[in-house]
Amino acid sequence: MDDKLIIAGIEFKSRLWVGTGKYKDFEETKKAIEASGADVVTVAVRRVNITDRSKENLLDYIDPKKYKILPNTAGCYTAEDAIRTARLARSAGVSDMVKLEVIGDEKTLFPDNEALLEAAKVLVKEGFIVFPYTNDDPIMAKKLQDIGCAAVMPLAAPIGSGLGIRNPYNLKIILETISLPIIVDAGVGTASDAAIAMELGCDAVLMNTGIAGAKDPIKMAEAMKHAIIAGRLAYKAGRMPMKLYASASSPLEGKIGA
Amino acid sequence: MQMIINGKNKTISNNTTLAALLNELNIDAQRVAVELNMNIVENGEYAQRVLKDGDTLEIISFVGGGTNG
Repeated sequence: MDDKLIIAGIEFKSRLWVGTGKYKDFEETKKAIEASGADVVTVAVRRVNITDRSKENLLDYIDPKKYKILPNTAGCYTAEDAIRTARLARSAGVSDMVKLEVIGDEKTLFPDNEALLEAAKVLVKEGFIVFPYTNDDPIMAKKLQDIGCAAVMPLAAPIGSGLGIRNPYNLKIILETISLPIIVDAGVGTASDAAIAMELGCDAVLMNTGIAGAKDPIKMAEAMKHAIIAGRLAYKAGRMPMKLYASASSPLEGKIGA
Repeated sequence: MQMIINGKNKTISNNTTLAALLNELNIDAQRVAVELNMNIVENGEYAQRVLKDGDTLEIISFVGGGTNG
């Protein structure tokens, strides 16, 4: 089936993108990612612990040759911090891609769109492939498209909330107005949420807590893999129209006793 | 001489290169990125870059993270 996801000239094997946070350990992270079939994994950029060097490195488990590493700027509250983090991430030499997050508020983790746009402009100019985490706001999505982002990543619900697709109509408007790939980022809680995002026509879904926060993350990773494939196929197939009343699917002719 | 590494004060010997410091700290240079006084130092320059008294270093690596702040 020729239904490839290509962004900025890069071909992606899966429409499910996964984060690497909140797992019990690296072994579980690795197994969950394998079960998800994802080839994009997001990672965070943090200071190395210089006093305790006993800790293992995530990249010893997630091979950058096998996976596309998407560093994020999670935890950045200003454009300056996000730009600085993105530059550092790129200099680590695994990717020119950045999942750009500029957080506006600790409690909701909603993006600061003004600062996001400012940071995105700078990073696009520096040659980064920018994936901005934004609200499900069509106007903002358009602005991000206009300045040269590679895709738009609207949230479905607050990060880590697992509330699912809270505003499918906004996502629909974004899908209609934006020609860039749309990747739902954050809020997916279970497999049906992922399927809904794909049925709407989104190009991919990025999730972390939806998998890592499940009782059995490895099983949920597999469930998400199937949900993404099923949702995409349903979108491509084109669903039947909804009707208020019944419509028999068996023929009426030839009934006994007629 | 004194330096600030990842926000912590640290005493290191004079004329230490960045590569030597990473080695001393048991850090795999291939797995990190470094900022010296707010400017990124590319991996290939670690061996030539000699650290000075009062320098501020940031050494980062990738950790588990998704979309969480």
